Amino acid sequence: MTQAHALARAPFDRTLLLVVPAAAFMLLLFIYPFLYGLGLSFEPKEGGALGNYSHFFTTDNLWPTIWTTLRLALPATLINVGLALPIAYKMRIKTRYQRWITTILVVPITLGTVLIAEGALTYFGPKGWLSQTLQLSHIYDGPIRLTHNYWGVLISLVISGFPFAFLLILSYITGIDPVLARAAATLGADPAAQFRHIYLPLLAPGLAMCFCLAFVQAFSVFPSAVLLGSPAGPTRVISIAAYEAAFEQYDYSLASAIAMIMGFVQLLIVAAVLGLRNLFYRGPVVGGKG
Amino acid sequence: MKHDFQALRLDAVTRRFAGAGGKAFNALQELTLTIKRGEFIALLGPSGCGKSTALNCIAGLLPLSGGSIWLDATRIDTLPPEKRGFGMVFQNYALFPHMSVERNVGFGLRMRGAAGSEIARRVGRALKLVQLIGQEHKLPGQLSGGQQQRVAIARAIVIEPPLILMDEPLSNLDAKLRLETRSEIRRIHRELGRSTVYVTHDQDEALSLADRIVVMKDGVVQQIASPQEVYGEPANLAVARFMGYRNVLDMAIEAQNGDRVTLAAGNIRLIGARKQALVGERASVAIRPEEIALGEGPGGENTIAGHVDNVEYCGRDSLIDVMTPSGTRLHVRAPTHIALGESVHVHVPVERALVYADESA
Repeated sequence: MTQAHALARAPFDRTLLLVVPAAAFMLLLFIYPFLYGLGLSFEPKEGGALGNYSHFFTTDNLWPTIWTTLRLALPATLINVGLALPIAYKMRIKTRYQRWITTILVVPITLGTVLIAEGALTYFGPKGWLSQTLQLSHIYDGPIRLTHNYWGVLISLVISGFPFAFLLILSYITGIDPVLARAAATLGADPAAQFRHIYLPLLAPGLAMCFCLAFVQAFSVFPSAVLLGSPAGPTRVISIAAYEAAFEQYDYSLASAIAMIMGFVQLLIVAAVLGLRNLFYRGPVVGGKG
Repeated sequence: MKHDFQALRLDAVTRRFAGAGGKAFNALQELTLTIKRGEFIALLGPSGCGKSTALNCIAGLLPLSGGSIWLDATRIDTLPPEKRGFGMVFQNYALFPHMSVERNVGFGLRMRGAAGSEIARRVGRALKLVQLIGQEHKLPGQLSGGQQQRVAIARAIVIEPPLILMDEPLSNLDAKLRLETRSEIRRIHRELGRSTVYVTHDQDEALSLADRIVVMKDGVVQQIASPQEVYGEPANLAVARFMGYRNVLDMAIEAQNGDRVTLAAGNIRLIGARKQALVGERASVAIRPEEIALGEGPGGENTIAGHVDNVEYCGRDSLIDVMTPSGTRLHVRAPTHIALGESVHVHVPVERALVYADESA
């Protein structure tokens, strides 16, 4: 029997074993803690197995955190994806400046959320550069309050989330064969029609994916909600509630339940968006033989 | 854009690109050409000769660096591609992967705001023309290469453009399909009665399809002529080489009498037909392998002696390399079986030994 025949019959491909380390990593550092937390959430300090969950949905400073977080995460995600799409579209053609602009847009990704929050606090604060400039030049004379409220957190979510969305969308856009747009042009499609009929439908699955990733990132906002927002009021997001349960009330069981609820909400949104994605063409984005 | 026209005129169309080290080079230099309605023009040349650049300039996908393009009395080189209304078939087909065959073909009509029933009727007719009935609802990824190519052609012709531009449309097909699609393209061109500009690096394609061939090299037009003329009377040595004149001999000029030139090199003496003004004492003779005959010429004229150095069997005939005593290799195509090392005489008809100015001059 030749080696080729042996390969054709081999019941088990040993290169598959290479997946073991990664699988073990997932099992030990993600699946086990997750299941542990899930179990813990059903063992409340008092009440039945679902005690934590009923407590969450009946307590006035707990269940509204879902809406508070959604109110921040959804607009932030929409702004990030919505801003990144036209800019990345413009950047798809290689120009002399493309590298510089891309670099500048991507720099915030290298900064931690805490650093961004600290910087934003001084820059956007009442005595910060922004409000001083606006007031000195009399563009806007009223009080400017962009920190320690909803807007401060939203701004920081955009600063930290935009580069991520931009890079992701840029890679999707540059993967689309530009010859398709040229073909559309010769058939009478002006630049707007080329975007609408060629780029947008081919990008849609990528945009959905980008939306999901950016949303999950924004929904788990914590440092900037504390530092730039008003963690007792309008920006008391769900992660703050979980933190308080765990490290102020030392109720790990309730904290686990809140974390599970947080994950479930994220899962719902992601599933909805990915469900929409199935409505679009998802095959290769080239127009024939390369 | 109007659908009918008398002529498309390219006037000194030039395109420069920034080359290595920021030095601009001319990818296309002053191409002047008038394409009449109904004509099939082939732009022929090796890769990098500027033929695709010329096509993209006509389509509007590349702005000109100089010159102008006119459709009758309308200047069109200032219009974006979507305003020119030329159909284009791309080398890699450029079908929209997310649209069915039907929607791909109907795209140009939808962009023109045609009514649904009108689109359905014309798409049906175009698909019939390229023989793709029954494939309407498939995505391009589900079609074979040849079918994709035909969708691309249908998509370009359905808008009934005055001019169809084709960029090496057959280069991705296998040999058999290439021949079939070639005759399809010629048939479609005849049926539509519009003009076609066809870019290729394949002489056979250009010869079999075109009414006129534009031979290009390094961005410069070498010859614009009928296939017969480009094949039989190349304008210069570069065209001759490209058109399959595999024997190019550098020889000394002994005498000139009208357009007859007598040349010599080593123990070879040839009389040839002058095709270019000759300067200096040397000239190049270009001869097709299939125009050299085995055996002695009449009266011993233009006869070269040698021995068989190599034989390649090609089915209908053989490619024979004849080495002369002075070390010149001649490629001969003849329907003969011949043994390696055999002594032979070959004969070149005077009319078919084309004499050009020496390459180095």
